[in-house]
Amino acid sequence: MFIFIKIIQILIIPVLSPLGIGLVRKIKAHFQNRKGASVFQPYRDLWKLFHKDEIISKDASWIFKIAPFIVFTVTLAVAVSIPIFSTVFSDFFVSDILYIVYLLSFGTFFLALAGLDSGSPFGGFGSSREMTLSALAEGGFIFSLLVLVLISKFTNLFAISGFIAASYGQFILPILLAFIGFFIVLLAETAHYPFDNPATHLELTMIHEAMILEYSGKRLALMEWASANKFLIFISLGANLFFPWGITGDGGFVSILVSLLIYLIKILFFYSVIAVVESSIAKFRFFRLPDLLVVAFILDIIAISLIK
Amino acid sequence: MIEFITSFNGFVLLFLLLIIGATGSLVFRKHDSWANYWNSFFSIISSLWGLIFSVFVFIGSRNLFFSFKNPFFSIFNISFSVDSLAAFFIFVISLIALFCSIYGIGYLKHFYKKYDIGFFGFFYNLFIVGMLLVVTASNGIFFLIAWEIMSVCSYFLVVYDHHDINNVKAGFLYLVMTHIGTSFIIIAFLLLYKFTGSFEYESIRSASLFIPVYIKNLVFLSAFIGFGIKAGVIPFHIWLPSAHPAAPSHVSGLMSGVMIKVGIYMMIRFFLYLLQPIPAWWGLVLLIIGSISAVLGVLYALTEHDIKRLLAYHSIENIGIILLGLGGSLTFLSLGYPNLSLLSLTAALFHTINHAIFKSLLFLSAGSVINQTHTRNMEKYGGLIKYMPQTAIFFLIGSMAISALPPFNGFFSEWLTFQSLFQGIALLDYTAKWIFVISAGALAFTGGLALACFVKAFGLTFLARPRSKEVFLAKESSFSLRFGMGALAILSLLFGIFSGYVSSIIKKIGQDLGLTYNNFSFSNISFHQDLSINNFSFVSGSKVFVLLLGIFVVVWVIIRYIINKNQKITRGDTWDCGTNLKPRMEITATGFARSIITIFKKVLKPSIQQEIEYHDVDSRYLTKSRKVILTVSDIPQDYFYDPFAKIIVIFSRYVANIQSGNINTYILYIFITLLGLLFFVK
Repeated sequence: MFIFIKIIQILIIPVLSPLGIGLVRKIKAHFQNRKGASVFQPYRDLWKLFHKDEIISKDASWIFKIAPFIVFTVTLAVAVSIPIFSTVFSDFFVSDILYIVYLLSFGTFFLALAGLDSGSPFGGFGSSREMTLSALAEGGFIFSLLVLVLISKFTNLFAISGFIAASYGQFILPILLAFIGFFIVLLAETAHYPFDNPATHLELTMIHEAMILEYSGKRLALMEWASANKFLIFISLGANLFFPWGITGDGGFVSILVSLLIYLIKILFFYSVIAVVESSIAKFRFFRLPDLLVVAFILDIIAISLIK
Repeated sequence: MIEFITSFNGFVLLFLLLIIGATGSLVFRKHDSWANYWNSFFSIISSLWGLIFSVFVFIGSRNLFFSFKNPFFSIFNISFSVDSLAAFFIFVISLIALFCSIYGIGYLKHFYKKYDIGFFGFFYNLFIVGMLLVVTASNGIFFLIAWEIMSVCSYFLVVYDHHDINNVKAGFLYLVMTHIGTSFIIIAFLLLYKFTGSFEYESIRSASLFIPVYIKNLVFLSAFIGFGIKAGVIPFHIWLPSAHPAAPSHVSGLMSGVMIKVGIYMMIRFFLYLLQPIPAWWGLVLLIIGSISAVLGVLYALTEHDIKRLLAYHSIENIGIILLGLGGSLTFLSLGYPNLSLLSLTAALFHTINHAIFKSLLFLSAGSVINQTHTRNMEKYGGLIKYMPQTAIFFLIGSMAISALPPFNGFFSEWLTFQSLFQGIALLDYTAKWIFVISAGALAFTGGLALACFVKAFGLTFLARPRSKEVFLAKESSFSLRFGMGALAILSLLFGIFSGYVSSIIKKIGQDLGLTYNNFSFSNISFHQDLSINNFSFVSGSKVFVLLLGIFVVVWVIIRYIINKNQKITRGDTWDCGTNLKPRMEITATGFARSIITIFKKVLKPSIQQEIEYHDVDSRYLTKSRKVILTVSDIPQDYFYDPFAKIIVIFSRYVANIQSGNINTYILYIFITLLGLLFFVK
């Protein structure tokens, strides 16, 4: 049974993440009066890319070659460390909040280096912008999770999730404020509006897509998949830390099935909200983005002052 | 054997070896290579001995104390004391000195025929002697002598490459600043002497209860300024970014990795040992200064494109992080939480050794690059990973460690620092709580900015296409350089994976200083194989490492050998939009950091100055040359040092009025002074 839970835990993020991307695209297409591709299109894209030959720049070094594997590995390592449908792994030694934050930075580090490595001006500027945003987002990210730490007196994600599920009512205001902060960071870290446009390669302020511009074939597939994973990781953190309703505390078959179902509904809701946000606001000018990230940080600080 | 190692003879042997190394290299100074080998051999041997000595003292928990009474001058005894704190610092000094010395064998070769190697070896060995004496001295006056040996020797090492006038200037600034620091330290010791009647640490400690509070505060301020200057804390840092780059790279590694930590050692010695009990605001001051140092340090680092200055600013940042741990420790102790104080001190000391390892690694790899390209300007690098593949890996590991990426060592000490700050936020009230919040925020932003800075440092040095001709001529460094760097790189991974063991050993230092467990519910700190703070936080270096490695291997095998085994890889050009891609089209170090500088323009005050020269001044159409100067301002320099220097100059002008040049006048001055003295002294 325990093995069974673990396998689901490891597979669920990479299996579901392309579906999420497909879903967001479908909803956006609906807003744009298009029919849009099937929600399963990202799976077909990945399959196709995995079976293609690839071209690697002559200027690129082994960093460029290894980066997609590292970035993808990091997202999987984070995926097994976060609460998804059950809090039974609460003594897991790799589920610390800071560990999650810095492990995601590990991926960002190699992503940015890969952007620089081919010597393309696009990649270089993409890396510069990515590092600028992720540097500023880190404070908001850590502090939004810190609010939950101060409420629950744990830094372990599973324990936080379990504690907040049990005693939600008392702390509703700080949790909501921290969640708004977290949501802003989510949009920044996962390259969504108003920070970045995930749909295009050729826009002046592109960030994530600029860094992976030189990739093709299986490495592109890994990069795309990793970014989909990261998106779902952030959504799962938002859903299960700030709104941990329905997350099960035991390892029974039925309760896991129920909480899995609730988890699916929650992430469906999150994806829809992000798709609506993306369809309804414009992208910000690059130098206005720090304001938004500082707002996230300040909301977290207010939330901290409201605890007790 | 153990008896011998931890005896007085064993202790003296440590210094004897270094002094033989120092004098011997002066003797052999006519032969560059003899002097080099002699000096390196003895510094390596003595470092190894230092490692053995400190480990045995530490494990055996022997507090060694030797004292020699001075028959003529009763306040000046030569006394040594090696407790676990001192042993820990001997270990750090020896560890870094060992690898820097190995690196030095090969690195010094490019100074042959240009400079005197014997002279270098003399000061290099004495510099290590100075540092070892500082951490083992147990008498104020003896300490000051050791402190001066350390400072003066490091000054001579900074100006070693004296053909470059900038190095001489940097050395002078260093000499001035370090002596201002020494004068503050002298004030601290004199105040202590006045109220305790002794320069011996033991007597000061036992009499510290009788020191009036305002005197204690004065001692705190002057000691903090004095040691803060040596540690490079902002606003006392101005010497550091110019002096560290000026020295030969392995000396920079030693200075940045170890010497500035000696300032931290003395702060611990003063505040946690000599002056107990202490008021709470001392710790809070340390937290605030630490936050400022950390954030400003990394911001200034981002603006740099001189690779060694960039690293030097990161030393300021990391000293700030260490101060966050130390400040937390002092605050917790004075507010009555000795167990949390222990946690914070462990974080500070763990970060001390981690920073020593990865910062010296980074300086050594930077030195390896500079040695090949003959420039420190990052704009002239690019693509070095293909010419110096191993140096690139070492620099990459150093970058990941300093950016606190798991599973390297930097992450675990920053993690501990974060935990201690979180505990403070959860536990304390009012002002103290908010200072802890600010500190945690500063640490969070510092982490993010450091990551950006090291993407810049590594990416623009080693990746993409070469941006100057020098890069094409670069070759991988010689074995001794690679050995020094490689060993430190491995250590920085090992200290991460075994962070639990290491911090449980370091915890003992705090316990020896009297920080013990209480029956306090929230945090019985237990470090086993994994780092854990009871029921609050857990993280495990080894599990993180195994998890990452395991997933990586599985992903690699599945993708490479199952899904994508038949596909070809072709090498092509980077997409160039139909133009010819030139090295000048790549992003530069200045460009990379420019958006962050623009965002922080209120703090950094960037300025652009354009100088255009025209062919015809009247028509102003055809430009002959264009020059753009980008600068950022240094706040402490602009608002503190420059005005201060101006005031001194103005004051000196007034004082100069009494200098008439007439001897009779001077004799009159002497006469008046004499009369005055007779009157006052009676």
